Amino acid sequence: MQDYELMLDAYSQAGGTPEVFKDSDMAHLVIHKNKVIGSHLVPGLVLVPTETATGVDIEMTVEKGCKLEKTVHLCFGVLPREGLQEIVIKAHIQDGAGIKLLAHCVFPNAVKVVHRMDADIVLGDDAFYEYNEVHYHGPSAGVQVIPRARFTVGKNSRLATNFSLVHGRVGVFDLDYEITVMDNSVLEMNAKIYGYGDDVIRLKEGGRLLGRGARGLIKSRIAVKDNAQSEVVNELTADAPDSRGHVDCIEIIQGHARARAVPIVSVNNEFAQVTHEAAIGRVDKKQVETLMARGLDEERAIDIVVNGMLK
Amino acid sequence: MEILQLKNIGLKLGEKQVLNGLTLSVKSGSIHSILGINAAGKSSLAFLIMGCAGYQPQSGQIFFKNEDITRLAIHQRAQKGLTLAWQEPARFEGLTVQDYIAAGMKEKNHRSIEEALAMVLLDPPAYLQRLVDKTLSGGERKRIELAAVYAMHPELVVLDEPDSGIDILALDNIIALIKGLKKQGTTVILITHREEVSEIADVTSLMCSGCIVQEGKPREVGRRFKSRCIPCPTKIFPSAGEGKAAMARD
Repeated sequence: MQDYELMLDAYSQAGGTPEVFKDSDMAHLVIHKNKVIGSHLVPGLVLVPTETATGVDIEMTVEKGCKLEKTVHLCFGVLPREGLQEIVIKAHIQDGAGIKLLAHCVFPNAVKVVHRMDADIVLGDDAFYEYNEVHYHGPSAGVQVIPRARFTVGKNSRLATNFSLVHGRVGVFDLDYEITVMDNSVLEMNAKIYGYGDDVIRLKEGGRLLGRGARGLIKSRIAVKDNAQSEVVNELTADAPDSRGHVDCIEIIQGHARARAVPIVSVNNEFAQVTHEAAIGRVDKKQVETLMARGLDEERAIDIVVNGMLK
Repeated sequence: MEILQLKNIGLKLGEKQVLNGLTLSVKSGSIHSILGINAAGKSSLAFLIMGCAGYQPQSGQIFFKNEDITRLAIHQRAQKGLTLAWQEPARFEGLTVQDYIAAGMKEKNHRSIEEALAMVLLDPPAYLQRLVDKTLSGGERKRIELAAVYAMHPELVVLDEPDSGIDILALDNIIALIKGLKKQGTTVILITHREEVSEIADVTSLMCSGCIVQEGKPREVGRRFKSRCIPCPTKIFPSAGEGKAAMARD
């Protein structure tokens, strides 16, 4: 089987629908290790991938005033047991433009795989950028995922990121995102991760509400069990009048797992407000007992509660 | 025939004796109300019957269909046909109403879930995909809890104050649902502090200070409750046994 077919197979395992790669109305880009093995563009989207020794550099532009109607599909992966993949993204979503991306990152056989991503994303005014990222790591914990990104969100724009890693082992996951948000723009970041075995999760997301009327929400849902460890640092700073933000982190621990949540809220303007809530603990006893009173054993009841939180 | 028997139950929570030598028999197919003021031990009795953590009796035995279930876990009791509807139902992030109701059904089918929602006057299309989380009001969660119990077809259900937090218009519907449970063959233990709600039962037990102090026809027990328990002659939160003594002096 060729790499392309194997990648699509792994993509299916990660919950993706390979038919999207045959749809001529949908743009896509498939990268295996440092090779671009599939791509398709649509009007208004400029995507220039350049293969490097260890990965692919991608320059992406969504042209002024062009709001792409259909989701753009990305698939990054490493199929062998060992390997390094470094993806560098420079993206410019021009004024009045918009794009919704769905990225599947697949490492189904990883024993010693490192995936690094370094991104600079700039949104102009009246623009939107939605980035949904789903990972599938397979049963072994041999993956290190190290995403770094800096986002600048112009005026009257919207940035949304949804990250999900709830199937297969996490391995080591170390994310660090920084975002600045200008006037009347909206930032929404959601992360859902389920770690077990000896998985390590480090999540650092920092949002800065620089513009008047900017809004920000950073939300994390983490479950760890066995000997897994997680540390979540969510930071939201409001500098401008009428800016509002909220940080919301819930972590559930089971077994010998360890979890740490550090919500940091800073306000530098008397007409701004940032709130936070953070909780770490066992699965709520009442939730579990309610489901057990319907006949489910304790393990199944906990599964339902945790999976609900990560849905 | 008795479906549930509690024999000489003692329950201590911390230093407080919450249930003290409590004995109760519930007839199969009946609605049996437990009437009492706040802090009489009614909810503790409900948790004890269900087997919730921390509510294991220090003394006495619980029999369900003549089988000793005193040491069984919650889900084992549920699998035998016993369940509980909480006074304040839990919230579940990410769990839909449909999945929540289906969780307890032996044979999961869409029509039964819709029927259960309709029984509590909730429009199925509007609720099936909603989440059982903070976006639902307390009253809505309570109705969904009752719908889940109805769909489960248990042999015995303990309803812990199903009338609390429900507006007066919805109360008739809750009462109809309780009667519907009886009609489908479910025995109901109805815990309440309102004698007018208690009146729908076949038998009422009056509870005071962790004991059953009277049992009989709902109206008779309700009259006693109204005349003797409001205000409480034992000055609220009496030690176990004082209530029984105070009632005996009447």
